[in-house]
Amino acid sequence: MDMLKNPAHRAWLVLMIATVITWYLGEVGAAGTTAIVAMLLIAFVKGRLVILDFMELREAPRMWRILLEGWLILVSSLILLAYWISLK
Amino acid sequence: MSNTTSLPTSEAPAARRLPGDLAIWVFILSEMLVFAVFFAAYAFARAKNVELFNEYQQTVNRDLGALNTFLLITGSWFVVRAVQAAHRDDLPAVPRNILLGFLCGGGFVVVKIIEYAAKFGAGITLSTNTFYMFYISLTFFHFMHVILGMVILAVIWVQARKGAYTSRDAHGLESGAAYWHMVDLLWIILFPLVYVMR
Repeated sequence: MDMLKNPAHRAWLVLMIATVITWYLGEVGAAGTTAIVAMLLIAFVKGRLVILDFMELREAPRMWRILLEGWLILVSSLILLAYWISLK
Repeated sequence: MSNTTSLPTSEAPAARRLPGDLAIWVFILSEMLVFAVFFAAYAFARAKNVELFNEYQQTVNRDLGALNTFLLITGSWFVVRAVQAAHRDDLPAVPRNILLGFLCGGGFVVVKIIEYAAKFGAGITLSTNTFYMFYISLTFFHFMHVILGMVILAVIWVQARKGAYTSRDAHGLESGAAYWHMVDLLWIILFPLVYVMR
């Protein structure tokens, strides 16, 4: 478990598990509001791990962290909005 | 959104450092904005053609999409290990991990070519329908970024073999790594959006 002290190793493990979950949701044909929100949430968590632990922006100047995390929020919100429109 | 992972605000600003060069981050951000437009265009085009998108999304290979997600995440992970190795002056581990990251990229390319061969072999083109127009153009635009990322990895691999990256200066390595992680980050959105969400 020593390996999990390294944030990059922890991020890799979570990213792999999260990918399996998204793939599985596709396998069982998950669709509709709950499935869409769940998948976007998973993508958001994954994106954040890449930004903070792979790109190593956790300890970077705050502006860059805000810009990249802001991008993630923007993209997720636009996708959510479009899917919400499609469900109406 | 939870912010529990951030550092205490009392930390000295001098300790905050952007990995790599400023220019690469400006480039990364501009690339990400272009992809944001593409992602939104896909989602809104789908909202107008829900039945069509849902029908044809069933015909893309989700297993290969997931496999490629594994490859890019693992490739990114190797490159983080290369950066960490440089920071602790473990010089032989730097090119080794860059090479492993590059091989993961190569795996992605092979899988993607298999995927495209199956689609093009079935007579699918950009003009088949709106879903396939987006599927081909979005994934191909991303594919070109994987190729560019691999070229960058090859360049830093050559430098790393000469021992260019150490705890004193790993800027070039960090810049290349940041670009490679962007390729991963974009696929992390693209995969659920195009292959799974319905």
